[in-house]
Parts: sequence; C-alpha cells; structure tokens
Amino acid sequence: MMEKRTQFNLDRRDFLRSSGHLIVGFTLLPALAFGGSDDCADEYKVSAVGDRRDVDSWIRLDSDGKLTVLTGKMELGQGIKTALMQMAAEELDMDMENIRIIVADTGQTQDERYTAGSGSIEGSGAAIRNAAAEARRYLLKLASEKLGAPVESLSVASGIVKSSGTGKTIAYKELIHGKRFQVQVSGSAPLKDPSKYRLIGKPQPRDDIAMMAAASTFYIQDLKLPDMVHARILRPPVYKAKLQSLPEQEISSLPGVLKVVTNGSFVAVIASQEFDSIKAVREMKGKAKWQTIPVAPLQKDLYIDMMKNASSGEIVEDSAALEKKLSEASLTHEAVYQKPYQMHGSIGPSCAIALWKDSFLTVWTHSQGVYPLRKTISDLLRIPEDKIRAIGVPGAGCYGHNGADDVAADAALLALEMPGKTVRVQWMREDEHKWEPFGSAMVLRIKGGMDTEGAVTAWNTEIWSDTHSTRPGGKAGHLIAGRDVAKPFPFETGGFSGGSYRNSVPLYAIDAKKVTLYNYKGPLRTSALRSLGAYANIFALESFMDELAVKAKKDPVEFRLAHLKDDRAKAVINMLVEKAGWRKGVMKDTGEGFAFAQYKNSAAYFAVKAEVKIDPVSKTYRLVKLTGVIDTGQTINSDGVKNQTSGGMIQSASWTMLEQVSYDPDGVTSESWENYPILRFEDVPDTEVFVIDRPEEKPLGAGEAAQGPTSAAIANAIFHATGSRLRQIPLTADKINWDKIKS
Amino acid sequence: MAELIDIKVNGKTLRVEADSDMPLLYLLRNNLGLNGPKYGCGIERCGSCMVLLNGKAQPSCVIPGSAAAAYEVTTLEGLIQNDSLDPIQNAFIEEQAAQCGYCMNGMIMSAKSLLEENINPTNQEIRQALQRVLCRCGTHTRIIAAVKKAAAKMKK
Repeated sequence: MMEKRTQFNLDRRDFLRSSGHLIVGFTLLPALAFGGSDDCADEYKVSAVGDRRDVDSWIRLDSDGKLTVLTGKMELGQGIKTALMQMAAEELDMDMENIRIIVADTGQTQDERYTAGSGSIEGSGAAIRNAAAEARRYLLKLASEKLGAPVESLSVASGIVKSSGTGKTIAYKELIHGKRFQVQVSGSAPLKDPSKYRLIGKPQPRDDIAMMAAASTFYIQDLKLPDMVHARILRPPVYKAKLQSLPEQEISSLPGVLKVVTNGSFVAVIASQEFDSIKAVREMKGKAKWQTIPVAPLQKDLYIDMMKNASSGEIVEDSAALEKKLSEASLTHEAVYQKPYQMHGSIGPSCAIALWKDSFLTVWTHSQGVYPLRKTISDLLRIPEDKIRAIGVPGAGCYGHNGADDVAADAALLALEMPGKTVRVQWMREDEHKWEPFGSAMVLRIKGGMDTEGAVTAWNTEIWSDTHSTRPGGKAGHLIAGRDVAKPFPFETGGFSGGSYRNSVPLYAIDAKKVTLYNYKGPLRTSALRSLGAYANIFALESFMDELAVKAKKDPVEFRLAHLKDDRAKAVINMLVEKAGWRKGVMKDTGEGFAFAQYKNSAAYFAVKAEVKIDPVSKTYRLVKLTGVIDTGQTINSDGVKNQTSGGMIQSASWTMLEQVSYDPDGVTSESWENYPILRFEDVPDTEVFVIDRPEEKPLGAGEAAQGPTSAAIANAIFHATGSRLRQIPLTADKINWDKIKS
Repeated sequence: MAELIDIKVNGKTLRVEADSDMPLLYLLRNNLGLNGPKYGCGIERCGSCMVLLNGKAQPSCVIPGSAAAAYEVTTLEGLIQNDSLDPIQNAFIEEQAAQCGYCMNGMIMSAKSLLEENINPTNQEIRQALQRVLCRCGTHTRIIAAVKKAAAKMKK
C-alpha cells in the first residue's frame, strides 16, 4: 500500500527550510549518517507575515509547482501536518507528494494562538480549506482565459487544468509562475462536494514518520547550530524557594564552564560541552543554599482541604427544579470521586535554543503557541515583539502545557548573557518531572435521583479543582523563570478557566441538572493536561451512570441509550456493541465496562468498552483490551484518527491505573519514572478503534475524546469483575476488596 | 579528563576526544553527530537512548563512552545499509507506528536485538523485549504490529 521511502534528502531539505536552519546558513550533516549531498546551501529569505485574509498567508504555489501550506498550529505528534496538507490537496485537486507545509513560526505563519483543545482541524483546517478553495477559483479563472474555455468546462487532476471542450490542458504552475495569489479569502469560493473527495477520509501516511525511522534531524533536541553552547538550569528544590548562596567562583572554574548565571533565584550554568554543563549543575546542586517554605497541605490531607478551603462556588449549570426533583425521586444516590495531580510526562524532557544577535532574538521551541510565547518572552526581557522570532520545531509529545514554554524562556534569558552564541537548554528528567505544570487534582461529588421507571430525573454535581490553564499567554509571571528572576513578575491567574468544568454537565436527558464549581488554589503548579477537567469529570459522571444503572437493575448500555436523544451519540454506542459485543455470557474472573461522552458536549463522540481479567490469587487485575468507536464528523485522515484515539485510550489507561504525582513538604518527590511509573509494554492493553465517518458534517478534532470515557470504562469493568466500586484514581489493585470475591 | 577513545560505531572505528566518564549517549550525539539515540531520563529507565552493544539492545545514557569502546556500537543510523532502511525501520513506517516518535529509536533498536535472536516472536515475547522502552503517546498496539510485520518480512 505504501511505497518504501528512500528520498530522505528531500524531507530533510524541507525540514531545514521550515525550521529556520537556513537562516543561519549552516549545514548539519551528521558525521555518520547515511550519505546524501548537502543541498541546503540556498538562502532562505523570510518574508513578513501577511494579512490573515490573504490567500498567500495560508498557501503558496511555488515555481516548482509545489504547494506550500502555512499553519500557525504546531505538529505535536498528532499528525496535524498531514491532515492539513490533505485538506489543501483535496480542495485544489493536487497530489499529496506536491504539498509541503510550514508550521508555527512567527516569521512565516499566522498567529493561531495555541495548538490545543483538539481545535486545529476546526480552526486552521477551515482557514486553509477556504484559502485553497479561493486559490482554485482564481486559478480556474486564469486557466479559462489562457485556454479560451469557460470555467464551467474546466476540470483539475494532479494540478493540471483541462478543458472538456477542447481537451487542452495547462498546469497550475504555468498559470502563476511562483508569484503570489494576491487575492483575499472571500469565503464565497465554492468548497468541493464531499461526495467527490479523493483524499479526505482516507488513510494518509505521515511522511515525518519516515524521517523519525531514519534518524534524520527532526526534533529540537537534534538541532546542532553554529556556535552552540550548552546550558543547564539549577531549579530551586521546591516551589518559591529563594537562593541564599552559591559559590559562583568555584563553579566558574570547573572544566568547560563558560558562565554561571544567577539572576535572583534563576540559576544556570553555560558550558562549551553538554556533559560539562551536566557535571557543573550537579556540583551546583550540592553547593547551593536555599531558603524554603514547606509545601502544604500534605498529600494525605489534600482532598479534604480542597473541599474545605475552596472558593464560594460558581454555578456552571442551574436548575430551579433540582431540589424538588430530588425530593420526589424514588431512589437517590450520592458518591464522591477523587483524582490526584498527574503529569504530562513527555518522554523527551523540554529543550530550547536561543540566539541573541544584532539586537534580534531567535528562539527555537517546541511550544504549543509560538505567538503567545513570543509575547511572553517580550514581557520577560522587555524586548519588542518584532525583535523576536519564535520558530516551532517538534519535540517529544507534550499532551498539553508542559515545560516547553518555560525552557524557551530559560534559553532566551541565557542567550542575552551570551550574545552571538546559540544557547541550547536541555532540561534534565527531574526538571521536567518536578517543574512541569501538572493536571490538577480534582474532587467530584455527584448526587442523583431516579423515578420508579429507572429514569434519572435529578443530577447535582459539585466540582473542586485548581485551574486547568496557566499558559503564559503574554504574562512572564506564568513562566518559572519569570517568578525566579531578581525582579519577579507577579503570577496573575486571570480567573479560573472553563477547563475545570469541561464535560461536567451530563449530555443525558435529565429533568433537572445542576453543576457547581469550587475553585481551589492547591499546593502544586497546574495547567492544561490533555482534555483538562473533562478527564475527571467524565470519570465521575460515567462511573455514576453505571452506579445508577446497577441501582435501577438495568444494563449499563441500555440505561445510557434510554437517556440519550442525539442520534450520533446512539450510533457510536450501537456500533461499539456490534463490533465488540457486550456481556455475552459470563466468563469467570473477567469484567466488561462501558462509557461514553461527547467531548466538550459539542465535539467528537466516543464510546469505549474495557475488558479486565482479575487474578484473585495474586490479587491483581489486568486490562486486557480497550475497544473504541469515534465519530469526529468529517474524517480527514482516518489513519490519524485511529492512531490518536488508540493512543488516547492507552494514555488514559495509564493515568487511570497507575498515576499520581507524589509530594512532601520539601517538594515534588515524583522525580523519575521510578517513582512516577507509567504503563509499560507488558501491561498495555490491546486496542481496537472504529471510525464513523460523516463526510457531510463539520470535521472535529480527535485528540482528546478518549481520555475521560476510558477511565470510567476501566472502573466500570473492575466493578463488574469484582463488585468493588473504585472511585479514587489511580485504580490500583489494592483498592479492590478481594474478600468479596469467591475464588 | 579528556582522553582519546577509539570506538567502533556503525562499522567504522573512530578516534574521539572525550571525558572518560562521559556517557556513550553524549559521545554519539555530540561528538559524532548522530540523532538516533535520544536523551530521556539519564538513568536507564526509559529506553530512549537504546543502542546495540555487540548486537544487544542496551541504554547508552549511563555507560561511559570509554567503556563502550570494548563493544561494537550500532545506532539507528547504522541499520541503514547502502541507503536502504532495515526491514524493521520500513515496517514502522508502513504501520505508521509513531505519534511523536521520540521513543521510536528505543523500539526499533530493541526489536532489532530481539529479531536477531528470535525470528518468530510471540506477542508476549515482543512485549517483553520492548518492556524497557517507554512510549507516552500510547502507540504500543502499532509498534507490536510493526515488529511482527518486520519479523514476517525477514523470514522471507
């Protein structure tokens, strides 16, 4: 199906072009890499970023006949580049091999804020699709004149326009000769009829995977720039600690050390060789003295403290009839669910490179938002934004707001200390584990009421949570360095975001629904982790639905279907039952669990079945399989949707079964994979994903739909297998009441 | 202290000036400009930095380069012969067995080590062979499929 890739050089050249290497005119052929000539000598000039309404701001037809797509969104391993190229190729009837893409670069692409919330297809995708449609209309008009044929008689295949009347043809590139379109996106250019799609909805291989497999220069960690020096940061031992003393002279005299930087409590060492910087920072760690404040409340008291010391509460959803419905209910039930702090846990710790040269700052970053990062660095360093360029280069998967922005700020601060040198900052594993902003701990209390028929009539959810978004967005106080420098920037929360209550309102038809959010300022740093509050909200909601189904003596799947009105919601559930089966026959020591949600109650529909097998002798359980069905509206890259969804299920299984950030008064103690274990191969479940494609519907993001439902499906399967209802994540086997199980 | 180390990497013997205690990983990435082995944890717990030492998959983040000179070192780059990818590399591309791909080096090198010894691995044997390598994107299902596919190809 897919042909073997051997043309690495082309990929590499495109990569260098898009990652800004050619700006510094440097070749980086690894000494022992496979052969290939250095074809990167041509100069790449950066043009100013144009108006958002211009077609040229989104796509360009280059003189070689290739189309360059420009997106402000970042490739995070989710495969967005391929999906966006498919959308442009489809609209223009071009072939995928003639499309390339430039991502997230303040020197080239539009400001599309953050690559987050599964919004890239809906946002950037729509903009690129409209620009491509406009370009097509423009090109057909030119072709009509050249060929002397009416536009209606023209068709396009592989970028060649053909007149059905005369049979004459002309290629796109001969119509425009590499010039810019210079037209605006009107929004009135006709979009291609989805029934005529050739590429959209089909599996499309990502060409960056070939680069990864061939060890090409691909990740920010791989970039080797001229005059590069290596820095390590010495973070405080705990939040808010202040540096008291550091023997700077002693560190400065260590081999290879170029400079020790102390700016308040921001401490770093720069060395000519990477390993010298590592050795120096180890020395510094042992010799620095800090003034610390103990972390409180302690982990064992956290959930109680959250419920006691939160804000007065904001109403997310209200129903005047709630109390009445609850009092009339024939059966009521209440339960409390808890979720600990959890980490993004990127496999590659954050990294950034910065160069301060000729009063201009260039930052290479794997941030999810190059424009907001530029604004934040401008705030931190008091350098005007137009004197800063932030260039997006892929890092390891981030799954939300990890250390990417912080390390970019570290590099920028240090670049100013070393003018003319490219300063590479690589966080160590413990930096990432201890300092990334975690997904907030949450507590949920749900009370529900049912009538005699087993219909849910009342639903009351109370949420306790810290914020799920402290992305920098222009505020230097949101950066670790911003708070550590000698003149610290204030941390302005800017109110709590909607992330805490995402998916807390049941989609189910229930007479009275109320949701209240209690905002809590917790002891650990928090921000956006894949799906934000939806993960814990759906865990609680879908566990509670199962509990109600049991109380009503109904089948959990039937019970949900009876409370759903949305046909697309029912369709994913019905397909799941059809594909994966549902509780057919009783197998000893096994359990099947089900859960469903529509992400944000407005995006992708997802239903999932979890199968667990218990071992009453060893008192352990194994998650055997997860099967999911997803409807993301119009599917762009069906293989991409499957990959993202399967990955989301496995990641959520890891969060749900194993993960919690531990801390003590001296700070975060989960500082390596030893004390923050995640799922490894032998425990990973098999997965299977089915996609319902709806070409006529709006395309929706797929990246976060699986996180919440998977957690509840596992809890529900454990209950089915053991009779133990686990309401506190992680769902470790020691929380199961094994005495209940007859062996 | 810097010393001269003669080390055999990807079939060539090279002389490198490096600290005797510098882990092999930094020697490969920085002194030799190789991208395959990645830094992930520095304590042999994630497998991002896997290389082959005399054909066996081993992390490179702790063992000093000077000690690795006793072995034949192979990196992901070294699997490419005459501009052709190894069947395992091709299988990962064909199965699209990556999301961010940062773990792919560890997965492919571990699979190489396995398949050199056992060309008919069961799913369980594949899981065991890849146990040391962490993937955070959750691409495990496809990675197993890619290793199986590579095994089938190599048998032919």
